[in-house]
Amino acid sequence: MKCRELAEFLMDYVSGELPEENRSHFEFHLSRCRNCREYLVQYEGCVKAGRMACGDMSDEMPADVPEDLVKAVLAARKIEPTS
Amino acid sequence: MGSATPVDDETTLIGQLRAGDESAYEQVVRTYGGRLLAVTRRIVGSDEDARDIVQDAFLNAFKSLDRFEGNSKLSTWLHRIAVNAALMKLRTRKRKPEQSIETLLPAFLDDGHHEERFQSWDEPVDKAMERAETREMVRAKIDELPDSYRTVLVLRDIEGLDTEETAKMLGLSVNATKIRLHRARQVLRTLLAPHMGSPAAPGKDVS
Repeated sequence: MKCRELAEFLMDYVSGELPEENRSHFEFHLSRCRNCREYLVQYEGCVKAGRMACGDMSDEMPADVPEDLVKAVLAARKIEPTS
Repeated sequence: MGSATPVDDETTLIGQLRAGDESAYEQVVRTYGGRLLAVTRRIVGSDEDARDIVQDAFLNAFKSLDRFEGNSKLSTWLHRIAVNAALMKLRTRKRKPEQSIETLLPAFLDDGHHEERFQSWDEPVDKAMERAETREMVRAKIDELPDSYRTVLVLRDIEGLDTEETAKMLGLSVNATKIRLHRARQVLRTLLAPHMGSPAAPGKDVS
């Protein structure tokens, strides 16, 4: 397995979906290729970084829903009652 | 009192909604509105559009409360309605052709080795992400991804939907969804790398 193939299999490897035969080739290459080990670390790091920057607990989440949105939804609901 | 409060008893809340209890509607908007704004903004890339989408999503959800069967949580149901509306908005919006991502994917030499030698990042991601400016930078880089890659990354890696559900929402095959997610992650890595490492750090072993 070359670096090019390893990069193709990366996602399946990370998610544990890489079939056993490919996985052993993948891990053999990884054990000998520092560059691919670093790429794997960074690939996994990106997934984690995205989750930490935008996930449920992120500072992007407004603590309060804008008052004008709350008012607009409630007002529009009165115009178009649900039942 | 405007802060979101967790909903302990969804069954009671849904009963109140169906009975037309005004305070229950307000509670739902206050509790779930923030999260819906964040995810729709990430998909459509605009605060104004996100606000309109979330407002419509709440109204549509309230109108179809009788179709909510309770198989999923109320939050999941609202989330799905808002995400679908955001994706619909993207589809109907007049878009410029997407920028090619080819130059942001890893390049390989004829012998199959990477062209680039990857430098270690300065610190573990967990540590780097403790800083607000790093989190902001990561969000800005996700926003830079072309729509078709950003949406799949948001749904899979941030919202945590599974591949099948993501594929269904995007109208793609499972295989196409997986390929697109893999490319989105690779492009994001390329965009983040210059901000996470220190290629010029003296004395660093890069052999």
